Amino acid sequence: MSQEKIISVKNLSKKFGAFTAVNNISFEVYKGEIFGFLGANGAGKTTAMKMLIGISNPTSGEAKVAGFDVKTQSEMVKKSIGYMSQKFSMYDDLTIKENITFFGGIYGLSKIRIKEKTTQLIQELQLEEVADKLVGSLPLGWKQKLAFSVALLHEPKIVFLDEPTGGVDPITRRQFWEMIYAEAHKGTTVFVTTHYMDEAEYCDRVSIMVEGHIEALDTPKNLKQQYGVDSMNEVFLKLARNIE
Amino acid sequence: MGIQVQNISKSYHDIAAVKSITFEVKEGELFGLIGPDGAGKTTLFRILTTLLLANEGTATVAGFDVVKEYKSIRNVVGYMPGKFSLYQDLTVEENLNFFATIFGTTVEENYDIIKEIYVQIEPFKNRRAGKLSGGMKQKLALCCALIHKPKVLFLDEPTTGVDPVSRKEFWEMLKRLQQKGITILVSTPYMDEAALCDRIALIQKGSILKIDTPENIIKKYDKIIYDVQSNNTYQLIQDLKNYPSQYSVFAFGEYIHYIDKKSVFNPLELENYLKKNGHQDVVLKISKTTIEDVFMDLTKLNQ
Repeated sequence: MSQEKIISVKNLSKKFGAFTAVNNISFEVYKGEIFGFLGANGAGKTTAMKMLIGISNPTSGEAKVAGFDVKTQSEMVKKSIGYMSQKFSMYDDLTIKENITFFGGIYGLSKIRIKEKTTQLIQELQLEEVADKLVGSLPLGWKQKLAFSVALLHEPKIVFLDEPTGGVDPITRRQFWEMIYAEAHKGTTVFVTTHYMDEAEYCDRVSIMVEGHIEALDTPKNLKQQYGVDSMNEVFLKLARNIE
Repeated sequence: MGIQVQNISKSYHDIAAVKSITFEVKEGELFGLIGPDGAGKTTLFRILTTLLLANEGTATVAGFDVVKEYKSIRNVVGYMPGKFSLYQDLTVEENLNFFATIFGTTVEENYDIIKEIYVQIEPFKNRRAGKLSGGMKQKLALCCALIHKPKVLFLDEPTTGVDPVSRKEFWEMLKRLQQKGITILVSTPYMDEAALCDRIALIQKGSILKIDTPENIIKKYDKIIYDVQSNNTYQLIQDLKNYPSQYSVFAFGEYIHYIDKKSVFNPLELENYLKKNGHQDVVLKISKTTIEDVFMDLTKLNQ
C-alpha cells in the first residue's frame, strides 16, 4: 500500500434541518487500500457515502476524492469513481452485453474499447453462455460479480461498494472478496460497507460510525487489541452498545 | 400441531423454485431456514401462509391443511414478509389498529404480547410508517404480525440488511416470543444466526441439504478445518489454492479456512511450503467448525 491519498476528508458534516446526520468526520484512505466503512443502521454511513461520491452537498467541511473536491468538482468525482450497491447495480431487463455497453457508454469509453472490455469481462467471469440473457435471470451472486466488474469498466482509482454481498451465498461471497483483493492488489482503492463482520476482518482498515461521527478507525487487528476482544463482531457490539 | 411439510414442490414456468421439500416444525419450536437468495425460502413461506399454491405435495400449519383450510390458517398465523409491506402513509398507531381490526381484535386485548416491542416505537406512534428508520419499521412489522396473538409466526428474512447490534436484539425478542408458546419459522441468509435456532434446515437451490440441531450439524461434520494466516492474505489464498492436496480454501474472518484432501495431512509440510513462498508470521492451527463451513462444504458437494 502506498501513501498516496485517494480520499481525504476534513471536518465533514451534513445536517438535515435540526438533525445532524454526519457530524464532523475526518479521515484518509490510501491508494490500493481496502477500507471498511461500518456502522449501525442510521449511523450516517449512507449520507457520508453520498457526499463522497458527489451526489450530496456537505453542509460544512471538505472532502477530496481522487484529487477532486466533492463540493466544487462533483462531476469530475463521479467520472473518477466506480460505484455499486446491493439495491441497484444493473438493469434487469437489459442483457449482460447490453448492460456492459450501456455503462461503458455512460463512462465515456470509445466503441472499440467497449467491445474489447465486453469480450474480456465475459471471458473472465465465464459468462459466455449467458451473455445474451437478461441480467434479471442471473442468480444474485453472479449479478453482483458482474456489477463489480462493470463498476470497474472505466478503470477508476477508487470503487465504492455499498453492501455488495447482502444475501449472497457464502461461497460466492468469498469469491467476491477474492475479486476485491485482486483489484486492490492492482492498486485500486476499495471503499466498502457491509453488515457481515467477518468481511470487516478482510479490510486493511476499518472505521466504525456511531451516531454521525467516527467512533473508531484502525486496522482490524489493532481494534480487537484496543477493545480486548477476539472478533470484529465483538468490537462492533461493544461500540454500538456503549453509546446507548 | 406446528408445521408439517410433505414433498412440496413449486415451479415458475420451467424454473423449479422448491423441489420436493419435506420437514416438520414442532409446536413451540424456533426453526430456522438457512440459505442464500434464490434458495426457495420465500416461495416456501408463501405456500405455508396460503398465498401461493404448490404444484405438488401437502402441508399443514397449526393442524390445518394449506389448501382446504386456508381461511383457518390465516386466522392463526402471523406473517412478516421480507419486503416491508405495511401502509407507508398510515401512522404507526394506525397500522397497528388496522391489523388488529382486520383480525377482529383490539390492540388493548393483546397488548401484553407486543408490549415489550411496542414501547420501543411508541414515542413515534404518530409518525407515518414510511418515515421510520429501518430498525423501527422492522419492529412495527413484527407488532402487526403479532397483534392477533398467532399460534405460528412466519418471519421471512427479518434481519437482512440489519446491522449486527439490531440483529442481536431482534433474536433476543424472538427467544422471548418463543417462551410465550409461539411456534416460529424464520429464514435468514446469515449463517451465524443458525446457532440461535432449536433446529435448522440448510437450504440451497430449492432443496434441503440437511436438517438437525445446530450443535449436531457441527458435531457430525467429519473434516478437519485449519485456520491459516500470514502477512499477505491475498497471496496466501492464491498459494493455498495451488497446494496440491487442497480440498477447499475459503476466507473466514481474520483467517483462511483450509481443508486438505489427505487423511494423513501433515500441517508442518504446508507451513514449510508457505514459508518457502515468502510468507511471514504464518499461523496454522485447527479451527472450530461453524455452520457456514458445513454449508459451504455441502454446496460444494452438490455442485
